[in-house]
Amino acid sequence: MAIDKNEQYIDFEKPIVELYNKIEELKRASAETGEDMNGEIEALQQRVENLYRVTMKDLTPYQRLQIARHPKRPTTMDLISGVFEDWFEMRGDRLYRDDPAIIGGIAKLSGISVVVLGHQKGNDTKSNVYRNFGMPYPEGYRKAMRLMRHAQKFNLPLITFIDTPGAYPGIEAEERGQSNAIAESICLMSSLSVPSLAIVIGEGGSGGALAISVADRIAMFENSVYSVISPEGCASILFRDAKFANEAACALKMTSYDLLGLDIIDEIIEEPLGGAHRDKELTILKVKECIQRNIKNLTNLSEEERKIAKWKKYASMGKYSSK
Amino acid sequence: MLEKFFNVKKRDIPGGLWTKCPSCNNAIYTRELNDNLKVCHHCNYHFRLTVQERIDITFDSFNEMFSGILPVDSLNFVDTMPYSDRLKEASSKTGKEEAILVGIGTIADKQIAAGIIDFDFVGGSMGSVVGEKIFRITNYARENKFPLVLFSSSGGARMQEGMLSLMQMAKTSMVVGKYKEMGGLYISVLLHPTTGGVSASFATLGDIIVAEPGALIGFAGPRVIEQTIRQKLPQGFQRSEYLLEHGMIDSVVERKTLKETLKKLVTWHGY
Repeated sequence: MAIDKNEQYIDFEKPIVELYNKIEELKRASAETGEDMNGEIEALQQRVENLYRVTMKDLTPYQRLQIARHPKRPTTMDLISGVFEDWFEMRGDRLYRDDPAIIGGIAKLSGISVVVLGHQKGNDTKSNVYRNFGMPYPEGYRKAMRLMRHAQKFNLPLITFIDTPGAYPGIEAEERGQSNAIAESICLMSSLSVPSLAIVIGEGGSGGALAISVADRIAMFENSVYSVISPEGCASILFRDAKFANEAACALKMTSYDLLGLDIIDEIIEEPLGGAHRDKELTILKVKECIQRNIKNLTNLSEEERKIAKWKKYASMGKYSSK
Repeated sequence: MLEKFFNVKKRDIPGGLWTKCPSCNNAIYTRELNDNLKVCHHCNYHFRLTVQERIDITFDSFNEMFSGILPVDSLNFVDTMPYSDRLKEASSKTGKEEAILVGIGTIADKQIAAGIIDFDFVGGSMGSVVGEKIFRITNYARENKFPLVLFSSSGGARMQEGMLSLMQMAKTSMVVGKYKEMGGLYISVLLHPTTGGVSASFATLGDIIVAEPGALIGFAGPRVIEQTIRQKLPQGFQRSEYLLEHGMIDSVVERKTLKETLKKLVTWHGY
C-alpha cells in the first residue's frame, strides 16, 4: 500500500495514516540500530492493510461522498485519456457556446469507434472555476445532445461519465432554458438505439446527472454517489438545517450498494483500496474492462432488442402498490 | 415545507366571506372571486385551484383512470417525520391517493387524455406513483390517438423516494417522447409553481407549452439561485411572462380563456 504523506486525507483515514507512520518509524529505528524488526514491521503492515479494508467496507454514505468528491479523484478527462487509445474532442453546441463542464467526442477503443462524453470537474481552484465545478449550463446539455445524435447517426456505441454536483442554478442558466435542456437530453437519450453505457464516476447530482445517464446499462464506481438531491440540499429543506447532511446522505440511499439493491443500477465497479484516486491505473483497467464487456454484450443484441430492453428498463423504474 | 418554499400560504385559499388577495392585498368578495374562476379582478392574481376545480373549469366531463396505484415508503425515509406518516397526512388533507389525477376529459365532443398534478399533496412532488400514472395515461393516449394535456404544478421530484423519484424523470420523458414521435399532440400547461424534476422532464417537453399568468417556472427555486449567486434576482424572474420573453413557452394564457384555447388547439391539429 502506498501512502503519500503530502496527500489530503479524509477523517476516517487518520488512524490508518498514524499506523503507517509507526511502520516508517520502526523501519528507521531498524536501520539505525541494525536490529532485525522485519517480523514486527510485516505484522504491523498486515494490520494496517486489514484495518484499511475493514474501514473501507464500513464507510457511512457521507464518508463515501467525501471520496466521491475527493479533489484527486479521476475525472472524465483522466478516464478518457487512460481508457481510450486516441480521441478527438468535439466542442460547442452550435447555438451559444462551448460549455467546459461537459466534454465529449469520438474515441477509439481496441479498434472500435465510440462516442464518449461526460461531466468535467477541475482539480484545483483555477480549473474548477473554468469548469464551473462540473455544473453544466443548458449549452452543456445541448452539446451532449449533439454528440448523442452523432452516435445514433453513425451507429456508434455511446459511453457517458457522470460526475456533477448538479446542473448550474443561476440566472443565465434559467434564461437559456436549463429545465428544457435537461428534459430534452433525457428524452433524446432514452430514445437512442445504439449501445449505451453510463458510468457514475463521482457525484451523480440529480437531474443534471440524469440528463446524460439514460443508458442501456448504468454502472457506478463503488464509492460514487447518485442522488435525487445533494444531502446538503435535502438536509436544509427536509431536515430544516444543512448540518444534518450526514443523516440525509443515509436516508437518501445514494451509494452504489444501495442503488444496486433498489435495481436502479446494473453493476458496481470496485475501487482500489482507499478509493479510485489511490491507484488510477488500476481504476482505468477496471473501467476499460467494464466498457468492453458491456459494449460486447449490447452489440450482440439487435437494435430492436436493445430498444425493447431499454423501454422495459425505464418503464419499470419506481415502486408502488396496487389496490 | 413547500408552502413556505413558494410563499403560498393558507390564506391564499378562499374560504370566508371575504378573501384577501396575497398579491394586491385587496379584499375580494369570495363569491365574486369564485365566479371569476378564482382570479383577482383587481390585479389578475391567479389563486390556486384544487384538482376538482381545475377539472370543472376545463372539461365538460371527466372520467378518472388508473386509480388505486398507491405510494410505498421503499426507503423507510424519515426526516422530521416518517414518509409513511407524511403520506397519510397528505391523504387526509387532500382526500386523494396521490399527487396526480389522470383520466379522459371531454371538451365539446373532443376526448382528451389528461393529467392534473395536485400541489397540495406533498408539494405536487413526483414519486413513483405520479411517474407511473403519467406513463399509463400517455400510453393510453398513444394507443387511442387522443391528444394529451398535462397540467403541472410541482416542487419537483419527491425527495423521500430518493433515486426512485429521480428515475421518474426518465420514465415520463421517455413515454412522452415516444407519444410525440408517433404523432400525438402533447400540450403542457404550466401552473404556479412548476420547478425541479417536473419542469426538467415532461412539463417542458410539450409540442405546445402554455402557462397561466404569473406562474413561477424554473429548474432551480429562486432561493437556491440567490444562495448560489449571492445577488438579488431581477424583477419578474422565472415568471410566465419572463419565460415567454426568453422563448421558453409559447403563450401566457388567462385562466378564463384556457378551455377555449385547448379546444382550438386540439381541433386545429385534426383531432
